[in-house]
Amino acid sequence: MNNTLAIFRRELKGYFATPVAYVFIVIFLLLAGIFTFYTGRFYERGIADLEPFFMFHPWLYLFLIPALSMRLWAEERKTGTIELLMTLPVTPGQAVLGKFFAAWAFTSIALALTFPLWITVNYLGDPDNGVIVASYLGSLLMAGAYLAIGSCISAMTKNQVIAFVVTLVVCLMFVVTGLFVGVAAIRDFLPEPVTQFLASLSFDNRFRDIMRGVLDIRDIVYFVSLAGCWLFANALILDIEKSQ
Amino acid sequence: MATLVEIKSLSKKFGPITAVDGIRFDVARGEVLGFLGPNGAGKSTTMKMLTCFLTPTSGTATVCGHDILSESVKVRRKIGYLPEGAPAWGDMTPAAFLDFIAQIRGYRGAEKKSRIARAIERVGLERVLRQPVDTLSKGFKRRVGLAQAILHDPEVLVLDEPTDGLDPNQKHDVRALIREMAKDKVIILSTHILEEVEAVCSRAVIIARGKLIFDGTPEKLEAKSRHHNAVHLTIAADQGAGAEKALAGIAGIESVERVEAAPDSGQVSFLAFPKNGASIIGAVSEAARNGGWKVGGIRSETGRLDDVFRELTLGTAGGERK
Repeated sequence: MNNTLAIFRRELKGYFATPVAYVFIVIFLLLAGIFTFYTGRFYERGIADLEPFFMFHPWLYLFLIPALSMRLWAEERKTGTIELLMTLPVTPGQAVLGKFFAAWAFTSIALALTFPLWITVNYLGDPDNGVIVASYLGSLLMAGAYLAIGSCISAMTKNQVIAFVVTLVVCLMFVVTGLFVGVAAIRDFLPEPVTQFLASLSFDNRFRDIMRGVLDIRDIVYFVSLAGCWLFANALILDIEKSQ
Repeated sequence: MATLVEIKSLSKKFGPITAVDGIRFDVARGEVLGFLGPNGAGKSTTMKMLTCFLTPTSGTATVCGHDILSESVKVRRKIGYLPEGAPAWGDMTPAAFLDFIAQIRGYRGAEKKSRIARAIERVGLERVLRQPVDTLSKGFKRRVGLAQAILHDPEVLVLDEPTDGLDPNQKHDVRALIREMAKDKVIILSTHILEEVEAVCSRAVIIARGKLIFDGTPEKLEAKSRHHNAVHLTIAADQGAGAEKALAGIAGIESVERVEAAPDSGQVSFLAFPKNGASIIGAVSEAARNGGWKVGGIRSETGRLDDVFRELTLGTAGGERK
């Protein structure tokens, strides 16, 4: 626990010691703004809610989270600091969790900085703030799942570009499965249980449910257990690499 | 003396390549073990297995009685390790870096402060505490790595090429630090600088192609040299021919070679090699006295480590297993 906390603090400070944090936050806010106001037509639609903001989050994270997660382990392997870290009295699990929670905390800082939108929508109208809170929590859960995938893939390579591209493709799978089952031709072609299963894997579908204001326990369990599985695999990979 | 490190037939294969092949040796408290070998001999791999960074393909080791396979966290608590190249997180300052290491080592509050202060003082980091590690010179980076390794005053200190790339003053400092800490610890350091072994080590282990080929004191290593107890004699040039013949006639001398003397000095130098490494300096000086040679210099050699090293690791004459 103490080790996890020490690694968490070191990592989180590390983001702000370099321009990475500021570049990431600025780009995140910029893209979120563009999606909300241009693509989502926040003003024109004349409804006081944050749906135009949240509905693009699966796509926003798809590109930004791999950029954040690619360095988690690949950089340590490249610079050799992984040898330092893993010869300290730290278990792979503690190291994985410390790094993951730091990246997640950093993402939540970026997400929290979108609060002016919330204020704006409350100023302009009378939105359902319960739905907005649920959407923020759902967005954060989804970001955690993306990060866990990215962290695990980053541990497999010392090349950050490879980590980025592979993470993006894997995450894309989790987003587009929802779109696939929306296509009639595919729905007719695949048996019903398969389409159901694919739809249930989709980040996009899950998040849409949450955005309606229903923070279902099944959705929470889905994102948390998915992140847990990838992080477990992450720790296993670190262990396996020792014997190669 | 208590045995703190036991290496029991460690082997490591990387795919088809055998990097370390059944190495075994013990190290006792108070010993400074110089781990020698050509590049790629398996020194770093052995150290990485001992510090639990790599899992051996077969065999195991114990550190302070803890097995590296089944009790790896306990082993890592006992060890201070400086990996090759002294990696450190470049965006951190040495102060923040050592603070992190101290937290991981389980220190809090006042004890943490005093541990960090002591490590900083021992390696001389005071001047650069607030600069990111990335901006430091190689020497300071190495010192940051050393400070990290000695912070918890470990019983076993493993240093992978601690003086590589340092200037002579820095090398001197690091060696002084190693000697100072040697009394109550096991220190294992790898190097390919042979003077370092003479300077700080109480024991030398040589590996080549993953196999252990020598284990003994640095003196024993020197004794394997053809130059061990050889006598270097400089005399007036006009007496050279006679002296060469006389030297060759001495019973204990195997052969005599003419070597370079300083030009225009009017002198010649010989190197007389003894039979079986016996001491011959007495016999040579007696011959000089009897022959009335004008001696410019005479000295007995201790042995040339680089010759022995080359012979042992290239597997030419004298490469028998000890």
